[in-house]
Amino acid sequence: MALLEVNNLEVCFGLRKGEVKALRNIDFKIERGERIGIVGESGAGKSVLGFSIINLISQPGYVSQGEVMFEGQNLAKMNHQQLRSIRGNRISMIFQDPMMTLNPVLTIGDQMVECLMEHRTISKQDARNIAVQKLQQVYIPSPETRLDQYPHELSGGMRQRVVIAIGLLMDPDIIIADEPTTALDVTIQAEIMELMLELCERNNVALILITHDLGVVSQVTQRTFVMYAGRIIEQGPTKEIINDAQHPYTQGLINALPQMGVRGKRLHQIRGAMPSLQSVPVGCAFRERCDYAIENCSHNVPDFTESGGCKVACHMVAELKREEQAVKLEIKGGAQ
Amino acid sequence: MLAFLIKRLAQAIVVMFVISIISFSIQDNLGDPLRELVGQSVSEEERQALRDEMGLNDPFLVQYARFAGNALHGDLGTSYFFKEPALDVILKKLPATLDLVFGATLIIIGFSVPLGVYAAINPRSMFSKIVMGFSTVGISVPVFLTGIGLIYLFSIELGWMPSFGRGDVGHIFGFWDTAFLTSDGLAHLVLPCFTLASIMLPLFIRLIRSEMMEVLQSEYIKFAWAKGLAPKRIYYLHALKNTMLPVITVGGVQIGTMVAYTILTETVFQWPGMGFLFLEAINRVDTPLIVAYLIVVGAIFVITNTIVDLIYGLVNPTVKLFGGK
Repeated sequence: MALLEVNNLEVCFGLRKGEVKALRNIDFKIERGERIGIVGESGAGKSVLGFSIINLISQPGYVSQGEVMFEGQNLAKMNHQQLRSIRGNRISMIFQDPMMTLNPVLTIGDQMVECLMEHRTISKQDARNIAVQKLQQVYIPSPETRLDQYPHELSGGMRQRVVIAIGLLMDPDIIIADEPTTALDVTIQAEIMELMLELCERNNVALILITHDLGVVSQVTQRTFVMYAGRIIEQGPTKEIINDAQHPYTQGLINALPQMGVRGKRLHQIRGAMPSLQSVPVGCAFRERCDYAIENCSHNVPDFTESGGCKVACHMVAELKREEQAVKLEIKGGAQ
Repeated sequence: MLAFLIKRLAQAIVVMFVISIISFSIQDNLGDPLRELVGQSVSEEERQALRDEMGLNDPFLVQYARFAGNALHGDLGTSYFFKEPALDVILKKLPATLDLVFGATLIIIGFSVPLGVYAAINPRSMFSKIVMGFSTVGISVPVFLTGIGLIYLFSIELGWMPSFGRGDVGHIFGFWDTAFLTSDGLAHLVLPCFTLASIMLPLFIRLIRSEMMEVLQSEYIKFAWAKGLAPKRIYYLHALKNTMLPVITVGGVQIGTMVAYTILTETVFQWPGMGFLFLEAINRVDTPLIVAYLIVVGAIFVITNTIVDLIYGLVNPTVKLFGGK
């Protein structure tokens, strides 16, 4: 049995204008110790997916369909009390902006100790010792002093380390990291990602990494899920997706990355913008921005097709694959 | 700490200087003090002689310098009516007024925090809507009307509460008297305190509610939920502590303002306090008393604001009052 299994998840937001579906037909599994990446543009539903796993979607959002199975229990149907024993204990979260995640009026120690005391019967002193240990694990110098400091006394990178340490406090099974490096500067980003990779490997923690940074995904994760307008449109081993993306959208994303050795060229750009979730078109949501769209795309939502090592939701997968191979052959022929 | 107090003291001196100039310049425009001092029978020459003797014909700056010099020695002039030092007259009434302000502050804190927090956590509940509705009414009804309404209901119709005066007072520290020490005094306090609180209480409920709702939307609260903490801890520690920061700041200013509102409340309830005295002083053109009142109220403002800043520094760790690193 997989550690976490999300089946046919659908999340709705009840707005005044009517229901808006932020997530549809989300299916995925994650095994113990596995690291997966969820990528997509802003507004694709990545963060909502992250929060919906621990059923912490902001009002007025709610899980309208499907299940989130964690060790045989459906998190989507749990009451508040049961959820609390999972949140921060078995599944913890790391947020995007470390400047905003820590409470400014409580000390680092308070914010760590309270989490331990909530989930375990433990003395305050023992809790402090564990907190010190965890701060050491994330390489924070002189952790004892840090405990009595307030968040504003630490730098952004340090604060994110503290947040990660809080995420690790209870030795969780899964960490959901929602763009953990977006708010940090580039050198710190790399350090933090390396740290997370190391900690997940060492403690055998499963990681769900939500990001729009394909570079980070390729560095850390084993499998990748690409989201577009509330659906997963391509999934597979990270290597395959980065090197040999099948879906035109994923290809566009990868082509949009600046590459070493290519100079003086304009970066590729996917034309148009993602449709608003309130008016997702019938059929394939990407078709209006897609160069390969055919008649069928505007009628039917594409199902997943196996292609290479990946599953791709596109009507044109087979054709695209053939075309690509033809191009490759041509290049080879030219070289000879 | 010391540096902060010295800085605060310097600010206070500037503020008090400005207040003294303003209140002193009012003197000239309140009519002829001689009319109150002496009767009809005194001739114009005698009046002129008296004016010279009292220095009322000197230039403004000379008069102010004399006034300020005396004020620094604690002498704010002699009340024309009471024939006693004005400051003494005011200070004798101060405990009565502070009783009211203290009682009203207790009511405001005791009601606004739980009601505001409840309304923020359950914005859609019926009770919250009722509270918010009443608070709108409370803000709009003037203090004297609330006071008269309460007297009508609780003193005249129901006969539960005394309608005027301060009742028996108890003495503490040998020089201070307060109505809080006797049951009769407490009974007399209830209606005036609620009346005085009626303006600020709705304001604070609304302030706490909107601040708290904003805080509850913040990332750190969401993170606290993600840590699996108990709702009680999230609401009353994580959220409330952040909510109170702006509330404390506003609150300090409002407590000062409340001293001013006591004028109306004291008049309605015939409460023997500073505000009541001040209105009488205006009627009698008792200028030294008016000036003394303005200066004492100004000093109360400065003191409460300093205390509030100290409390704020204790609650908000990002503010370092006491030197530090």
